[in-house]
This record gives sequence, C-alpha cells and structure tokens, in this order.
Amino acid sequence: MNGLTSSAKPAGAGLSLGKDLLGLELLSREQIQLILDTAEPFKAVSERAIKKVPTLRGKTIVNLFYEASTRTRVSFEFAEKRLSADTVNIAASGSSVEKGENLVDTARNLEAMRIDMVVIRHPSSGAAKFLAERIPSNVINAGDGWHEHPTQALLDLLSIRDKLGSLEGVKVCICGDILHSRVARSNIWGLLKMGAEVGVCGPKSLLPRGVESLGAHVFSHIEEAIAWADVLNVLRLQLERMQGGYIPSLGEYNRVFGITEERLENAPKELVVLHPGPMNRGVEIDSKVADGPHSVILHQVTNGVAVRMAILYLLAGGTAERASLHGAKDEIGEVG
Amino acid sequence: MNVAEESNTLLDAGEIDRTLDKMADEMANFVGDARALALVGIQRRGVDLARRLAERIKQRLDCEVPMGALDITLYRDDLQTIGPKPVVAHTDIPMELTDRYVIIVDDVLFTGRTIRAALAELADFGRPARIGLAVLVDRGGRELPIQADIVGKNIEADVHDRVDVLLEEVDGTDAVVLVRGEKK
Repeated sequence: MNGLTSSAKPAGAGLSLGKDLLGLELLSREQIQLILDTAEPFKAVSERAIKKVPTLRGKTIVNLFYEASTRTRVSFEFAEKRLSADTVNIAASGSSVEKGENLVDTARNLEAMRIDMVVIRHPSSGAAKFLAERIPSNVINAGDGWHEHPTQALLDLLSIRDKLGSLEGVKVCICGDILHSRVARSNIWGLLKMGAEVGVCGPKSLLPRGVESLGAHVFSHIEEAIAWADVLNVLRLQLERMQGGYIPSLGEYNRVFGITEERLENAPKELVVLHPGPMNRGVEIDSKVADGPHSVILHQVTNGVAVRMAILYLLAGGTAERASLHGAKDEIGEVG
Repeated sequence: MNVAEESNTLLDAGEIDRTLDKMADEMANFVGDARALALVGIQRRGVDLARRLAERIKQRLDCEVPMGALDITLYRDDLQTIGPKPVVAHTDIPMELTDRYVIIVDDVLFTGRTIRAALAELADFGRPARIGLAVLVDRGGRELPIQADIVGKNIEADVHDRVDVLLEEVDGTDAVVLVRGEKK
C-alpha cells in the first residue's frame, strides 16, 4: 500500500432526500445545501439550444393542483418536461374532485395507472404529508395551506445566494402577511438552517403569535426593517384573505408597509428585493421597486425551474428507507 | 480505503507527463487540420487531462484548441437503480460543435458506459463532423462496443480492481494506481 488514493469527493456525495419533499422544517442543512448545489448545473440545461436531458425518461408525474396556480404549476411542468418525464396536470375544478372524490381516492386511482411522482398543491395544511404516507409514489409539496411551500423557499434561498454569494450571516426580512404565508414559514426554516438571520415585519394582526420563538426578529416599522436587512422578501398581501379586518385598507397598508423607491433610497445599504408573486403593484410593492435595480423577482422565476429540476432529480426513485440526513452508506460507483 | 488493499503505481508523474506528450503527438497527426479540432473532457479528471493536452497541441501546432467540459450524470443509464443520486457537475460547451472534429478525453476507459452517455449528450449540442476518443488508461472490461482512438497506456485489470488516476489539479499529485480488489 502506497497511501495513494483518489480522495477528492464532491460535497453532497452519498446524500439522499428520501421519498418525499414535504417541507424545509424536515430537511437538514446538508440536504438544503445539496438541493441548492444541484440546481446550479440544472440552470445551464435551460440555457441550451435543446433544453432537455433524458434523466427522468419513462417516469410519469402528476401535478395535482387543488388551488389556483400559474407560476408554480408551469414551473414544475417545465422542470418535469426538461427532464423528459411524462406529465399530467389535474386541477380540482373540472375533475372528479368536483364530484366529491376525496384526496386519497384520487391518488389511489392515479397510482392504479402506474405513476411515479405526485406534485400536490392543496388548501389544507398537512395535505402533502397525508398523501405521502398513503401512496408509494414520491410526493412533492407545492404548497399546503398555511404550512409550507418548500420549493418557493428553496428558489428564494438560491436567488439570495446568487446575488450575495452566501446565505451565512445574511439578514433577510420577510415583509407583509406572515400569518397566512406558507412561503414565510418555509423561508424561516430554510434561512435559519443555512445560517442566515431572519426578521419579520408587518401589521401585528398579520404576524403569527410566537414567531420570535422560531428565532426571528420582529419589526413593527418597515423603516427599522429596511435599516436592519440585507434582503427584503416582500410577500403578497393575500387579498382573498383580507375580509377578516386584518388591515384598515390597501392604501393604508401601502402607506405604512409598502416597499417604495423612496424607502429604499433612504436605506443605509443596497438591498436585494424578492417577491414570490403574483404581485399587487402599489400595495405591498411599488412598480418602480419591482422593476428596478434592487429586484431579483424575475431571476427567482428562472431559478424556480432549476430548483424544481434538482428536486425531481434527487427524489426520483427515492424511498423512505433510503432517507439519510447526513450521508448514506451505499457508495455511488463510477460508471467507467 | 481498506488498509489491507494491495495497490501498485502503474504510472508516476514523469511517466504521465511523457504519456500525455505521446498522446498529443498522436492527436496532432490524427487531425490534419487542427483548426477544426475541439477537446471535450469528461468531468472531472477528463477535463484536467483535456486542458493539459490542449496546452501541448498549442505548442506543437501553434493554434488554440477550444475546450469544453461534459458531465454525463444526467445521461447515465443506471439512475433508476442507484440509491443516493450522484452529484451533478457542470457541462460547459462554449464552442460550436457542428462540423468540428471533437475528441472526447477521459482518464480511464472501462465498461464504455460513460462514453455512450457522452455521445448521447454531445448529440444534444450539435453535429460534429467526427467524434474521437482519447483516454489515459484503457483497462479493458468493455460492456459496450466502444473503443478509444488514442490510448496512453493499456492495462489488464480484473473487474474487481480499481484504477485510480490521481491528478495534481484534484488530488495534489500525479499518479495512476491499480488497487487490487477482492476476487468474489
């Protein structure tokens, strides 16, 4: 033995995500890192003349959307198609769901047609987990109630990392309706695990009780949040949920919490502004900010496809037994 | 690495250097018009070898050889069967491939499956006039009808053996090592 051996193993080698992606609360820092790193080479696939690789050839994926969505559903569909999977979209309206079929029956019927993965968006918190425990297919949570929206948070993390080089020590303030926001919850989990500092800012009526206990700084004035933060993640004011008297009026909300050009100009440093879309221009964010130099909003959309390709790639064929938080034993051989 | 493993050095740093010289000579003769040549290295050590070969061809023919890097992970034929997914590295083909003479460069040729994947991936980038294959070590054991045009060193390795190519750029040293595996 001469002590020579090829030692350079890439970071993330041997790590698995298991069977499902349900939320960032359940992922380790290493697993989040793996997803973000894997997204990098997938960005380039979408820049090729032929935007397609054969990786998921022969896999069937169902996009099961019980809530309206354009961006997330289309983003998943592009990701699936660019990996050569066969995809079917099911929207609750116009499907057997309207006739009263329950979630498990719908899923079991799909299983009977031999599917491999399900992407689910559902108004009830915990719907993705409920489904994942009942079918052998890989399940990806595309948003469940107020609970989590892991792929959105992952593309947010990637966009921040692209802009600032790292997430470690970055101060991110999530602004707006935190209470009803699955995007906020997933972001808080993900950012804290990756070593970022998290703040939240919004009307008291829209901040969940006990948000400090998750490890977030709470700001009641947007000016304080702007003075503190490196990044603002501006959430959509969910107009459909504003009947409950949470805010006096949209105009008032904009006056007190709106991200305006003037407020950013008074900030001590250059801020990066994210928004998960769809935007209410002139309410939580002004057009000049949304379309201005601080905004990475369209970059987020581009990154969304790459992140979802990475997740589909990493999950495909994964089983619960193969889940490993910190690296698995089975080695990946060279193919020669 | 198992302490009980038996290993011996097939090529040391000087021998790798001379082998690459010989391979670059063969490439220069092989090609005719070097302006049509492009090298594509397979991640990860194939990329470093391609870079070294491009340097040598530049000295010989006084012309810049365009270089690309290919990661074949997404084209592998065994993704359905393996556990944790392999780490995906970058594919970067900055030059036009159509009508070029492309030489794929890799460290070790074994089953031929990597090269099959590489050929499929290259086809998604263009239609080269011709594609060749150069490897530092051919260890035999093919599972597909694929062979190299330019070979640095031929060896006979058992299917259980491992051939490790160590390169300065990745491993901090240059060597080709044969690690004897247990016969099953």
